[in-house]
Amino acid sequence: MPLIDTLCERLAARDPVSVVGGDTKSFLAGRLIDEPVSMRDHAGIVNYEPTELVLTAKSGTTLYEIESCLNDARQMLPFEPPRLGELSTIGGVMASGLSGPRRIHLGSARDCVLGVRLINGLGHHLRFGGEVMKNVAGYDLSRLSVGAFGTLGVLTEISVKVLPIPEKEQTQKLECPQAKALETLIRIGRRPYPVSAASWINQVLYVRLSGAASGVKSAAAAIGGEILNEADQFWSELRDMNTQQFTCTDRWLWRISVAPTTPTDALDAFCFDWAGGQRWITAPPDDFSPFELASRLGGHAVCFDRQRGVGTGMQPLESGILRLNRRVKEAMDPHGLINRGRLLEEATHAN
Amino acid sequence: METGQLVAALAAGVKSGRVLFREQDTAPYECDGLTMFKAKPKVVVLPKTRDEVCHVLKTCKSLAVPVVARGAGTGLSGGALPHADGVLLVMSKFSEILEIDEDARIARVEPGVRNLAISEAVNHLDLYYAPDPSSQIACSIGGNIAENSGGVHCLKYGLTVHNVLSVTIALDDGSIVTVGSDALDSPGYDLLALTIGSEGLLGVVLEITVRLLPKPEETRVIMAAFDDVTKAGDSVGNIISAGIIPAGLEMMDGAAVAAVEDFVKAGYPLDAEALLLCEVDGTKAEVADELARVEALLKESGATMLRVATNEAERLLFWKGRKSAFPAVGRISPDYYCMDGTIPRKHLSLVLGRMREMSERHGLRCANVFHAGDGNLHPLILFDANNPAEVKHAEDFGAEILELCVEVGGTITGEHGVGVEKINEMCVQFSSDELTQFHSMKAAFDPTGILNPGKAVPTLNRCAEFGKMHIHHGQMPHPELERF
Repeated sequence: MPLIDTLCERLAARDPVSVVGGDTKSFLAGRLIDEPVSMRDHAGIVNYEPTELVLTAKSGTTLYEIESCLNDARQMLPFEPPRLGELSTIGGVMASGLSGPRRIHLGSARDCVLGVRLINGLGHHLRFGGEVMKNVAGYDLSRLSVGAFGTLGVLTEISVKVLPIPEKEQTQKLECPQAKALETLIRIGRRPYPVSAASWINQVLYVRLSGAASGVKSAAAAIGGEILNEADQFWSELRDMNTQQFTCTDRWLWRISVAPTTPTDALDAFCFDWAGGQRWITAPPDDFSPFELASRLGGHAVCFDRQRGVGTGMQPLESGILRLNRRVKEAMDPHGLINRGRLLEEATHAN
Repeated sequence: METGQLVAALAAGVKSGRVLFREQDTAPYECDGLTMFKAKPKVVVLPKTRDEVCHVLKTCKSLAVPVVARGAGTGLSGGALPHADGVLLVMSKFSEILEIDEDARIARVEPGVRNLAISEAVNHLDLYYAPDPSSQIACSIGGNIAENSGGVHCLKYGLTVHNVLSVTIALDDGSIVTVGSDALDSPGYDLLALTIGSEGLLGVVLEITVRLLPKPEETRVIMAAFDDVTKAGDSVGNIISAGIIPAGLEMMDGAAVAAVEDFVKAGYPLDAEALLLCEVDGTKAEVADELARVEALLKESGATMLRVATNEAERLLFWKGRKSAFPAVGRISPDYYCMDGTIPRKHLSLVLGRMREMSERHGLRCANVFHAGDGNLHPLILFDANNPAEVKHAEDFGAEILELCVEVGGTITGEHGVGVEKINEMCVQFSSDELTQFHSMKAAFDPTGILNPGKAVPTLNRCAEFGKMHIHHGQMPHPELERF
């Protein structure tokens, strides 16, 4: 029996179902309770026409296959998703909702989703959104499912907006302390420069410019600094969290999402991305104080440590929002069958 | 429920003068921008404080009275059509811009603030709010949230959902929550995405934080005429294939061009079968580059005439034509009915051809304006509302267009919302399981169903009465259509 039918039948019979894609992000958002089914066999690009700027793929299709296919047509996924392993699938990319450096320019994973097919907790295979840029028929359940770690339904097919690879990219590097870097970015942000990424690490601010060659050139001249030579490698490592600071094992890695203008002395970040909106810190193992820190700053924290055994590692939700989250989960999966253990299960834990 | 009893209950928590119930006071609110549908609300409340909004919601919930929230009333799908037995909550007194943070490039505003007023308030900072629906002079940001409004620049700058950081809403029980935050993302489910475009069925918007963008250094527009709509449609694909995402990319057919030119004198060529306006923006150097490339591509695509606006006045004149398309059509017909389907762009000529057949069959003229970059089609059906037969034909013609949009893989509404207008066509686009899922989501927020009942999502009974089959993907009628 095809995988989708099996999953529908199991859910209809109230049998708990857990799914994974390439199993590259299972360290995020809590451990699955039930033995997961792999979606990797449910793979293949269903529809891709470069002039329509839309790609539709089954959820088990690897990110690698999708990006190679897009690259052949000189297009790309606008949100530059982290590649945390070769087997990473588009379903997993959307379920985790992670976005890379280009997020500040062309939007997040959620922003780029146009439609999904999913199996809800009753075992119904449903379609929301579609393959067109503008679609306001019905509630936006496709964007809602991005970042839900599969808990609102098993994603089976995803339609995503794609964009042309920019004609020219160039990165300016400016040596400066973190506070100065943020100040510089606030100033740059007021001008219509084609900034496609802005990060600070190891006392250097990196500003990537993308677009028409002439526009990149004039903006680079205005921003100043030096041209970074191995820019592709730099951004690729940052996107995939591949540098030494991200992989150190004696402390836990935390992602703190805050308003980009949050002062740099409010938290001890070794790196920021998204022009200050995404800060990376480390903390001793089993220290959950980043939740309080993030909450005090009006943001939220996510634990990215791969060894962490307890909790979901996700910011506890404020009570009004938690209540709505639980009701939304119930609306999609009334018997609580899908991906038990992930995302919301321990959200009440204040850690 | 007696009107007097309801008024008394509402007045207990709302300042006097803000509760209207006499017919002459409620009549002005009987419809929104879709004037074909009218209903007088039992009571109109014009709250000025959050406490008043929450009092209205709590009161209505306890009395099981429907509540319809309304912004500026410019919506084109009847989303703010009053409920005859209910309260119309008019949010126009929430009209403050609460905060502008130029460093963070955000503005915190109340829902009754007009869309354009945000851009005007930050103009001196060289910032603006990007989504620009045609009604932006009048429409309110709260209504934009309800409808997930678009505009002519959404291909490059996105819809409302892409330009809003957070929304504070009052729920059915009068409690208040903020979804989203000043950070770029928030923990838990993406309730912000769910709220935006929910047509007032999930909550009442009290406050919005929007993203502001730096104004482009330069903006130029080029006009291209074609003797064939297919060529015009293909030229759009050619521009996008070349890696260019213009700020705006609009098309009009011959009928729309004729109506507009007669009205505005924008200098549109009257012999054109299709007219394209392509806007590029950015730094001066960037714009010069892209404009040259677009010009070459349009020429290659077979444009019969090309004109670049030489100055700002001419640029605005070119756009004035496009933006006046609706009133221009209003001059040549007693009434018109504006549709809002979206299609994959490659099916444009097929869809236009089928619409010509429908136009002949129904004996009604049709002019087309088209957000060509993102496939959002606005056919304007010309009819006379005083002629009942024509009204019926106009409605049937409209419904057929929307069904055609679904058939070619598109949607019944790109930016105007479902409201009451397209509620039957929802039965065509979605299966009963999908509609049931929407109803469960509604119940998660509003279990007693007091918020904007009867809009946006049809009951399964209604679909059964409507008698239209859901066009099931994969087993569609007209398998000869190339889809994938």
